[in-house]
Amino acid sequence: MLKKKEKQPSFTLVRKRVPYLFILPWIIGFLVFTLGPLGSSLIMSLFDWPITGEAKFIGLNNFTKMFTADPQFYDSLVITFKFAAIFVPLNLISALVLALLITQPVKGVKIFRTIFYLPAVVSGVAVSIIWGWIFNSEFGVLNYLLSLIGIEGPSWLIDPKWAIVTIVIASAWGVGTMMLIFYTDIKGIPPELYEAASIDGAGPLRQFFNITIPTITPTILFNVITSVIAALQQLTLVLLLTGGGPLKSTYFYGLFVYNNAFKHHQLGYASANAWFMFIIILILTMLIFKSSSTWVFYEAEMKKGGKK
Amino acid sequence: MRITKSHKIIVYSILVILSLYFLFPFAWALITALKTEGEAFSFPPTFLPDVPQFGNFIEAWKSQPFGTYFMNSVIVTVMTTIGQIISCSLVAYGFARYDFKYKNILFILLLSTMMIPWDVTMIPLYMEFNLFGWINTLKPLIVPAFFGSAYNIFLLRQFLMNIPKDLESAARIDGANEFQIFYKIFLPIMKGPLTLIAVLNILLVWNDYLGPLIYLNDQSKYTMALGLASFKGVHELQIIPIMAMTLVMIIPPVIVFAFAQKYIVEGVSGSIK
Repeated sequence: MLKKKEKQPSFTLVRKRVPYLFILPWIIGFLVFTLGPLGSSLIMSLFDWPITGEAKFIGLNNFTKMFTADPQFYDSLVITFKFAAIFVPLNLISALVLALLITQPVKGVKIFRTIFYLPAVVSGVAVSIIWGWIFNSEFGVLNYLLSLIGIEGPSWLIDPKWAIVTIVIASAWGVGTMMLIFYTDIKGIPPELYEAASIDGAGPLRQFFNITIPTITPTILFNVITSVIAALQQLTLVLLLTGGGPLKSTYFYGLFVYNNAFKHHQLGYASANAWFMFIIILILTMLIFKSSSTWVFYEAEMKKGGKK
Repeated sequence: MRITKSHKIIVYSILVILSLYFLFPFAWALITALKTEGEAFSFPPTFLPDVPQFGNFIEAWKSQPFGTYFMNSVIVTVMTTIGQIISCSLVAYGFARYDFKYKNILFILLLSTMMIPWDVTMIPLYMEFNLFGWINTLKPLIVPAFFGSAYNIFLLRQFLMNIPKDLESAARIDGANEFQIFYKIFLPIMKGPLTLIAVLNILLVWNDYLGPLIYLNDQSKYTMALGLASFKGVHELQIIPIMAMTLVMIIPPVIVFAFAQKYIVEGVSGSIK
């Protein structure tokens, strides 16, 4: 009824509303599935919130408990950062090496591109089953192969010292996605750059450090950020390959939060845990971005610099 | 670049050695799935089975409601793919082809949602879906896909930004309305990036374990990923049927990848430019 007052809406008015209609699905989804839950979990983190029974406001007590009264919080945090510290550089370097290999101008290299990428399309469930069987300490083929070259393999999944290594190896199997990102980027470097460098007498190693690396720094930045975030949130493999054990040696932070929520039913506490990791990720991302101005070169900037 | 013969040999040997790491686990899974129990549980391991036990696959398939799991996975994968294609193309079009108030703020908001760790929203989302009565149904896995996903929208928007503005001006003069322009002109142009989104979504959803783990309780609702994981959890020692079903689960994504490799290779880096 109210609409009638407007009479015929003018053409431009309709046009003005149209874009919002197009993005409406996302706006609704953002409110209902992202912003709403995000705000709720922040509020919940201030409550003692059992799964049944009354929720009780306790201020910052969840956070105090986390920092002062829960040794598992620190243990999980340390293990997760240890994992990230091994996984991120390893993944980046192997992705880069693989990408360089599959950009070599030799025949049949596309077959290897497919082979290296293949594990990246496989579910974490399948990855954990396949690698769990390879690492099996009784019948595992890995220790048999190692014994052939005279190495006595550890009891991978039941030795607290080695369990985290199995998770690194199994996650590194999916390096293909990052490899592809590097690959397309390296492929896009104009060959003239290399030709010119060759004429100037630069060897392959110098070409790599003076041309390839500087050109792909934005991609390196992107990959560093995404893999840090992924490493800090690793959960599927931990749940399925080690279950957090042995002796909680792989009780990653993601599992800590998950169990606090769905096993111990401390919804408020788990929300506080999750928010803490969110803030850590925000700070880390910001730090990486800030540092990037010293080591990331954008093409547009280089061109501007050239004109001066 | 000129390539010497020794260079070639070195490159090939490294490529072959590395391939072992990426391929051997698949081969070993297949070999294990075809063994008899005596062969699988022997140390040192036997390599090839004496007689490949193809029946293992049928037995494993029948031992649990894997048919149901498989169908549930298909339903969720197909529905979410449809949802993503519809919602992301609309939203990306809105962001790429119009100027409107708060556009930049909204777009930055969209991008920043990609940084939110999933466990921050996990608990309230569970409670919300519980409120809707959706727990133990496939709805929590399907419905959000109809409201877009930041990464896909971003990917499509980047593509749409590169198309000249004259396209819709001409159509407007011809009297087409805004939705017709989107539907008749832009949707067909987006075929390539939409295929990429479909493929990425199929891989993501088919392989997802945590979503089904949280929202589904009843075996009849399980997806392949959850069904296989719970089968493994209960029958830890039945490695042969477990491996057989693992391979069955891997086949659809591998087929999709085989057909869509071109789109993945081209698309995967387009996102960060």
